[in-house]
Amino acid sequence: MTIKPPVSADPSAMNKNRIIALVALLLIVCALPFMVSNYRTFQLTLVLVYAIALLGLNILTGYNGQISLGHGAFYAIGAYVAAILMDRFGVPYYLTVPVAGVVCLAAGFLFGLPALRLEGLYLALATFALGVSMPQVLKEKHLEHWTGGVQGIVIIKPDPPFGLPINQDQWLYYFTLAVLLVMFLLGWNLLRGRVGRSLVAIRDQPIAAEAMGVNSALYKSLAFGVSAMYTGVAGALGAIAVQFVAPDSFNIFLSITFLVGIVIGGLASIPGAIYGAIFIQFVPNIADQISKAAPWAIYGVFLIGFMYVMPTGVAGAVRIAWARIKRKTGGAGPT
Amino acid sequence: MDAFLNQVFAGLATGGIYASLALALVMIYQATHHVNFAQGEIAMFATYIAWTLINAGVPYWPAFFLTVAIAFVLGVLIERIIVRPVERAPVLSVVVVFIGLLVIFNSLAGWIYTYTIKVFPSPFPKEPVHLGSHLFSAHQIGAVGVTLVVLVLLYAFFRFTPLGLAMRAAAQNPDSSRLVGIRVGWMLALGWGLAASIGAIAGMMVAPTVYLDPNMMAGILLYAFASALVGGIDNPGGAVLGGFIVGVLENLLGAYVIGNELKLAFALVLIVGVLVVRPSGLFGRVHVTRV
Amino acid sequence: MSTRQLLVSATVIAGLALGASSALAQKKYDTGATDKEIKIGNIMPYSGPASAYGTIGKVQAAYFKKINEEGGINGRMINFVSVDDGYSPPKAVEMARRLVEQDQVLFVFQSLGTPSNSAIHKYMNAKKVPQLFVATGATKWNDPQHFPWTMGWQPNYQTEGTIYAKHILQTKPDAKIAVLYQNDDYGKDLLKGLEDELGAKAKTLIVAKVSYETSDPTVDSQIVQLQGSGANVFVNIATPKFSAMAIRKTYDIGWKPVHYVNNVGASIGSVLVPAGLEKSVGLITTAYLKDSQDSAWKDDQGMKDWFAFMAKYYPDGNVKDASNVYGYAVAQTLVQVLKQCGDNLTRENVMKQAASLKDFAPTLILPGIKINTSATDFAPIQAEQLARFDGKQWVRFGEVLGK
Repeated sequence: MTIKPPVSADPSAMNKNRIIALVALLLIVCALPFMVSNYRTFQLTLVLVYAIALLGLNILTGYNGQISLGHGAFYAIGAYVAAILMDRFGVPYYLTVPVAGVVCLAAGFLFGLPALRLEGLYLALATFALGVSMPQVLKEKHLEHWTGGVQGIVIIKPDPPFGLPINQDQWLYYFTLAVLLVMFLLGWNLLRGRVGRSLVAIRDQPIAAEAMGVNSALYKSLAFGVSAMYTGVAGALGAIAVQFVAPDSFNIFLSITFLVGIVIGGLASIPGAIYGAIFIQFVPNIADQISKAAPWAIYGVFLIGFMYVMPTGVAGAVRIAWARIKRKTGGAGPT
Repeated sequence: MDAFLNQVFAGLATGGIYASLALALVMIYQATHHVNFAQGEIAMFATYIAWTLINAGVPYWPAFFLTVAIAFVLGVLIERIIVRPVERAPVLSVVVVFIGLLVIFNSLAGWIYTYTIKVFPSPFPKEPVHLGSHLFSAHQIGAVGVTLVVLVLLYAFFRFTPLGLAMRAAAQNPDSSRLVGIRVGWMLALGWGLAASIGAIAGMMVAPTVYLDPNMMAGILLYAFASALVGGIDNPGGAVLGGFIVGVLENLLGAYVIGNELKLAFALVLIVGVLVVRPSGLFGRVHVTRV
Repeated sequence: MSTRQLLVSATVIAGLALGASSALAQKKYDTGATDKEIKIGNIMPYSGPASAYGTIGKVQAAYFKKINEEGGINGRMINFVSVDDGYSPPKAVEMARRLVEQDQVLFVFQSLGTPSNSAIHKYMNAKKVPQLFVATGATKWNDPQHFPWTMGWQPNYQTEGTIYAKHILQTKPDAKIAVLYQNDDYGKDLLKGLEDELGAKAKTLIVAKVSYETSDPTVDSQIVQLQGSGANVFVNIATPKFSAMAIRKTYDIGWKPVHYVNNVGASIGSVLVPAGLEKSVGLITTAYLKDSQDSAWKDDQGMKDWFAFMAKYYPDGNVKDASNVYGYAVAQTLVQVLKQCGDNLTRENVMKQAASLKDFAPTLILPGIKINTSATDFAPIQAEQLARFDGKQWVRFGEVLGK
């Protein structure tokens, strides 16, 4: 099984119009918590959290072509690192996020080493195994002292600092947004340059890439580590937002949901992570609204429908739409 | 020693379960070069169809073969209607369609048949069979027998029939196959149909042991997937052997080595370890990539 | 209009206003309650790994439909807003916030699962919104001092474990006990009750305990392991499917221990019939609800009403599924609480009335068991009775245990 999504538009093509559009978007995103209810703000915070996780998985699967059916495991590690540090050691919440990232970077890198020998289906099985085992490891009685066993850990929601006149939900949204911006900028920098090109080369032409001097083994395990780091950071933020971690929060469906998210959003696309996050956050709710009898059937129809209409994901469809508009208007689009 | 042998036999019995679904996975992989994550749920759904037939008064064997036929048609229809339009999409998009199918079948079964477990009849005698001092249920032996029959048929089909050859060709090199006059589209549909039929057989052999419910195949699919890969995804015999290996290994690990909490995790680690050493599985063909 | 007329009408209006205001003073509402309706939130796993329990939400929706058709509660209709969390704690948090902040329900009723309820426990209490009759048997819901807005309903798993331990100590003091349990909060809670009650003897009496995961295809290996330990007592802590497999395998390999099967996995329709009735003879369990497939209740009025209700309002529902009996009984308890609330439908009063149930008996509860709660006792049902399966029915024996 090989993964070859279309090569994305060169991410370094950043012209003035695009920057203006991005700034406008950012302003809207910043204003959102004042325009919607706290409940919606909380949902949007989760979208941001998932977007970070999906970008992480996209680095591995979208850009580097290594499939992972077990990224929920890294999300779980990040969440538990944050929860244990806050609950057992009283570490402030904002420090737990980088620690979670570092721990997952190491975990991902280590897992990536044996995974180097595996390709396609075999890697899928290995990562699937990781995703399935993680809840059982978290329940393990020798770790119970730290993990709280099956009962999980309840953590306290952070208050806004410096006496800011906003509530906890709004603060958490801005905090998550700030982390997201940092992570996305880092990712954009990483992927548009030599590293990004090497990752894509390994995905598309592994043998040629090796022949041209790309250290395939190093890049592949690095991709695993960085990818896990992103997902771990997201896990920590998710735990802080939800205020609770338990083994049941991180079952295999979470990993599969992440995979669905990057494919629906668009493989090898940075904005695709955001589209995917919106999908995995809101579509299950819509499915539940349509039918209580068989909500999963509705969700499945959504999945298949999306793939019919947009086989290369939302990002791919947007790209095609823009290209069309540009052709018609003679290239005046803001791309 | 007695308990040890009992564990081995219990492991062989569950291994037979994994092997039967692993065969369906091998079938679909041979025919399409995809691993169908919805295979287990399609098998489960087909088993419900058999259950409906038997409850409506159809005797067991007619119901059995009727179900195999219905599953075949269902498989062909799924390929033609649902999978075909995304044929040219990236592989992972196809995987998402498979996940979509998985949740649809699971949810529909729960909706139509409710989640209460149902008893599915076995065609084999009720009396346990004595093998030395050990007990096997006749059903377990019968189910392994059926799996072996399917294995032989499958092997013969791919090895000796022109159709089997055409199917393998269509999966491996669609463009060249088209040039020599193979109707690749229909080969894929046929592959889906056959895989669904084998899945239905697996479902009907598994259900008397694990009871029929919408989540019947959820756990089994993972083990079947592992078995197929350990044995070699392009080798039906290897997949069946892989099933028995996984079944016994898992039981012995759980009973004697690390306890039941982590046996699945540990078994998977071992399997991945094997794959690291032998990336094409124990009995799989080694693929050489041409530059 | 003359001055006198004016005066008279002014007096009348003033009188009316006074009357109205005194009527208003009797009616008190919080968000979610009006003269016309009571809005109730509910969180269920309609999708995901625990979707088998989704039927509880459906049977309750059907029951409230029936109540509404019969005129509602004190003239108010029940608006039952049931949402899906897929048995995922983060989703449960999101859904609880939706129900409280967006749908503005008066309270959340029967949210299902220990992990999901643990996740929203703190939030509901901080918001002071009742988290009423949660659908889980964990012990922690009975803690009015720290969590005055949360209340359970069914007997907790630990109590059940305690009952088995007591019975074993009484009848087989030299028992060698083997335990099979599901490796999650429920299995471990029940096991804890058993071990705590056995006390210092637990270490010597329990000769083997093994767990299973819900992803395991069978528990055959576990049963073989337990048999190998030489135990003569088997405590089976498993959900219906695995309980049925355990009963069948125990019988098939010729192991004949005193077999205790937990309440969750003791339904005749969904466990014993699939396992084989002849293989189930002699099983011991504890019960607090009537079993719909037990011929003992063939002529019972409560059971007849329930069958009629199922046929009319929830024809898709499976009458063999014990969850449908359970959901119905909890819904009846809620209706009782709301009746007691009268026109004072504040969140505080809902909790107060839920904590003042006196000898209430839902129609499907076993004779002799009553629901009693107080400001310091947030555990509605604490009594259970042991029963032995005779091949056809659960025959209750001994007295009702607990209060």
